[in-house]
Amino acid sequence: MIYFDNVSKLYSDGRAAALQEVTFQVAPKEFVSIVGHSGAGKTTLLKMIIAEDKPSVGQVFYESLDVHRIPRGKLPSYRRKIGTVFQDFKLLPHKTAFENVAFAMEANGRTDAEIAENVPQALSLVDLDDKIWNFPHELSGGEKQRVAIARAIVNQPDIIIADEPTGNLDPIATYEVVQILRKINDLGTTVIMTTHNKGVIDEIERRVITMDDGRIVRDDATGKYVL
Amino acid sequence: MITGLRRVTKAGFVGFWRNAYVSLASIFVLMVALFVIGATMFVDQLLNVSLAALQSKVDINVYFVPDAPEDEIERIRNAVAALPDVTSVTYTTREQALQQYRERRQGDEISLQALEELDENPLGGNLAIQASETSQYENIARFLDEQRAAAEPQSPVIDVINYDQNRDSIDTLTGVIDATEKASLIVMGILLIAAILITFNTIRLAIYTSREEIAIMRLVGASNMFIRGPFMLQGIMYGFIAGLLALLIFYPLLIWLGPRTELFFELNLLTYYVQNFGAIFGILVGVGVVLGLISSTLAVARYLRT
Repeated sequence: MIYFDNVSKLYSDGRAAALQEVTFQVAPKEFVSIVGHSGAGKTTLLKMIIAEDKPSVGQVFYESLDVHRIPRGKLPSYRRKIGTVFQDFKLLPHKTAFENVAFAMEANGRTDAEIAENVPQALSLVDLDDKIWNFPHELSGGEKQRVAIARAIVNQPDIIIADEPTGNLDPIATYEVVQILRKINDLGTTVIMTTHNKGVIDEIERRVITMDDGRIVRDDATGKYVL
Repeated sequence: MITGLRRVTKAGFVGFWRNAYVSLASIFVLMVALFVIGATMFVDQLLNVSLAALQSKVDINVYFVPDAPEDEIERIRNAVAALPDVTSVTYTTREQALQQYRERRQGDEISLQALEELDENPLGGNLAIQASETSQYENIARFLDEQRAAAEPQSPVIDVINYDQNRDSIDTLTGVIDATEKASLIVMGILLIAAILITFNTIRLAIYTSREEIAIMRLVGASNMFIRGPFMLQGIMYGFIAGLLALLIFYPLLIWLGPRTELFFELNLLTYYVQNFGAIFGILVGVGVVLGLISSTLAVARYLRT
């Protein structure tokens, strides 16, 4: 459902390349981990999928849609098909957990009845029933990340993109977040995740793409963390 | 659509409240800006009223000879009235002039007796001419001079035109009025621009603190209007509240200042404020709302590009 066709990203000075001739595809319901050193191009790759960044060469397809040919006005509706989770959570600081999740549904034009029903469900799925009305600054790192995951899944996206979702978390919170992502994947949502964490990769036992210097150097069906 | 509007409105109010500190700072700055705009309006009004009062005291008087024929006086009167910029021509007949002379000299027995000695009224009629601009008096005086020159030398109609005697004071006054109007216009312009820039910068800073939030909203797939709406509403609220506060501050200030301005400028600013409250409310609150709205729209637009 995601297809990268010979994608390169060059910076203006022409020397450094964030991505070089990257070609791969992700099938529906896959759980793909992307690993590599800092600066290997993992985040750039994810940004290409949500049209936050443009390739210098090549194309990125979402099903049959060329992501970078989507008109600006249509971008919001495209992004609503993709749930995003980030290392720094990116929650709205002046909104409660409930409101943060509800915002994604409001932006999507869902009805109040749907919001009242789905938001508690999503927060329940990430085990936050008792923190619904807390503001982000009242939550721990792991709890914030779980709110972010609830927000990412509440619109029932086809795909979840997680950029270092466990990067700021302690081992227990990391374990919880990974379990939740697996649960979501088991329910039928494609997950693409970048990570540094060897333990996480070894635990998931799914496809692993290894990147180095902007290139894909390994692509293993049930990979281990090899660097 | 209606749901969207309701959500944007609610988000605007909630954002206003939860960012209370930033809201307060923006309102305060906007209030000061509106106060400055209001103050220049009041000063301008004071200047206008006192200049108008001064101007109304300036006129040209044409004194006719006592035996000037009535139809000739009538002709000159109509001709002067037809000149552009002449706002009023008041005709005082010989009899009225005599009457006024008597009233003025009441108690002055010698003058009144001297008047009795004469068989007939020694005074001629006169015209008091006022123009809308003091600078016009020279043209009017020239026109009257032409009229006097055109009359038969043996039977003159116009006796004296007092422009030449008043000339210096009229010229000075014209200069003062011109300079004051220019200066107040420039000062008002500068203050207005300063107020707009300060407001714009404050709101820009307020929204700068929300730039992360705007980026997040975009990532979640919110449309630009959905992101912009609450900020625009907040801008409107800042302007509205700041306008009300500025109006509120003026009231006690003018209670104190009103009687004093009446002494100097013949205009009680408090009375002016109360009588024109609707217009002043409209201007201050209106300018506040428009400034707030435009500033916040422009400030958010920065983060919605690309």
